[in-house]
Amino acid sequence: MDKIQGKVWRFGDNVDTDQIIPAERLVSANLDHLDDFIFEKVRPGFAQQVKEGDIIVAGKNFGCGSSREHAPLSLIEAGFSCIVAESFARIFYRNSMNIGLLLVECKVDAAEGDIISVDPDKGEVKADGKTYGFPQYPAFISEMVRAGGLMNLVKEGRL
Amino acid sequence: MGKTIAEKILSEKSGTDAYAGQIVVANVDYVMVNDVTGPIAFREYEKLKTKDLKRDRLVLIPDHYVPNKDILSAEQAKEMREFASKHGIENYYEVGKGGVCHQIMIEEGFAAPGRLIVGADSHTCTYGGINAFSTGIGSTEACAAFTTGRLWFKVPETIKVELTGRFVNGACGKDLIIQIITDIGVDGANYRVFEFHGPGVANITVSDRLTVSNMAIEAGGKGGIFPCDSLTEEYIRGTAKGEWKAVEADRDAKYHSVLRYDLSKIVPMVAFPHLPENGRPVKDADVKIDQAYLGSCTNGRIEDMRIGAQVIKGRKVADGVRFLVVPATQKVFRQMIDEGIMQVFLDAGAFVSGPTCGACLGGYMGILAAGERAVSSTNRNFIGRMGDKNSEVYLAGPAVVAASAVAGKIVTPEQLEGQ
Ligand code: SF4
Repeated sequence: MDKIQGKVWRFGDNVDTDQIIPAERLVSANLDHLDDFIFEKVRPGFAQQVKEGDIIVAGKNFGCGSSREHAPLSLIEAGFSCIVAESFARIFYRNSMNIGLLLVECKVDAAEGDIISVDPDKGEVKADGKTYGFPQYPAFISEMVRAGGLMNLVKEGRL
Repeated sequence: MGKTIAEKILSEKSGTDAYAGQIVVANVDYVMVNDVTGPIAFREYEKLKTKDLKRDRLVLIPDHYVPNKDILSAEQAKEMREFASKHGIENYYEVGKGGVCHQIMIEEGFAAPGRLIVGADSHTCTYGGINAFSTGIGSTEACAAFTTGRLWFKVPETIKVELTGRFVNGACGKDLIIQIITDIGVDGANYRVFEFHGPGVANITVSDRLTVSNMAIEAGGKGGIFPCDSLTEEYIRGTAKGEWKAVEADRDAKYHSVLRYDLSKIVPMVAFPHLPENGRPVKDADVKIDQAYLGSCTNGRIEDMRIGAQVIKGRKVADGVRFLVVPATQKVFRQMIDEGIMQVFLDAGAFVSGPTCGACLGGYMGILAAGERAVSSTNRNFIGRMGDKNSEVYLAGPAVVAASAVAGKIVTPEQLEGQ
């Protein structure tokens, strides 16, 4: 996996999927512009500020709540290259890895606006002169990410 | 080495000797999607070249925005209806024949002991209440599962919950699970499942077990699994489709940790905004409300309706309060009529609607304005969950919701007596 460098948007603990994208936006007509609505209730105007390649750095339990895949989809569409959080909620983790939003489970000290870099293969995050390690992905998951997501495994008859 | 229920079910369904921490590819018994999560799965499916489809194992249940809330949701619901007819999916539950997805999965007998069920809805964990391993997944993987019949799972570690005693003090399953989440936090069971044990289990109704399992996800849990006993068998008699097999944990199974609760010590609880872990005893709450909501996959079963009706019978909803009663399914709705419960709610001045997810997720039919407060029998009280970001949701059991509708503030039925 490629190395990533990007600008930090900072979030706290327990960022739930209703915050990432509110339930009232979950209709199929919105499916090709989900990124217009990210964090609209809690950080109005956020969608307009995010640039391609930016990174979210958050605390514990990022993505808790509903199973809506619209949450990782909207973050991919918004251009986020990865999400770094102390921990992720389970379904959000599955959804993201299945569809190609890279998640890095790691507690990182970084402020909004900092530039940080992530090396998924080495398992390293560099922020503010410090280096943080994170554990390797399980073999099945790296395999899936390398294949370009779960549906590619299905297409290749590998599930 | 012995196995937990989760390890046993995932071993059997994957044909491997599975233990916590491993990733397995397992056969799923059923895959459910709703009107919100379905369209993404359908679009993924239409992109595939091979047209394999496990028709009998796919269940389509529109419930979030139906009856159609507006034009956009009407188009979305149509997408599911068309997918069902194009691909000949028999398990499709049209408005008027269905209701909230999880209660339909139980009533229609898709959920049964020992099964592995996935659903593109986080509260799919509900069926653990009847000894199934069931868990919420995303839309793309729902597509993978209804195409191949298989899906990947990380075998979870299990938290053993030892229950003794029986509920007194007017407490119920909702209070137990709010207490557990308050004790361990909203990520206290992340990547793990709860497994319930001990003599207390027999003293919890199946309806209450379903409530407990439903909210396992609010502690981050992948599931919350009860043993199958005579109450379970009675509950599913005549409804469970096909064969099923109860699964018990081995005595020497390995657990991540053990929690112990004496049910007689549990008191009526209310989870304050904006997280389900903010539980406090109802008697310590002093909160005026604008709305009370009785319904959802958490507490929208006939048992909950009976409890609510019993509390409100002969009383009136307080001035300035809207009391919304939303049975989870058509069957519950009909039972309410047959048992005279509808009359009780209408006499009290409650608004009773047909089944829908409705306001539970801030969809429609009961959205809160800025500054408004609701006490709700649902499962989430996140910021803006039922409406404006400056509205508040307080989670409680059915008796407290009904009593609060009468008092205009959050109280137990007992406190109501004293008024
Ligand atoms: S009732 Fe509420 S929690 Fe249950 S499935 Fe519907 S929206 Fe989700």
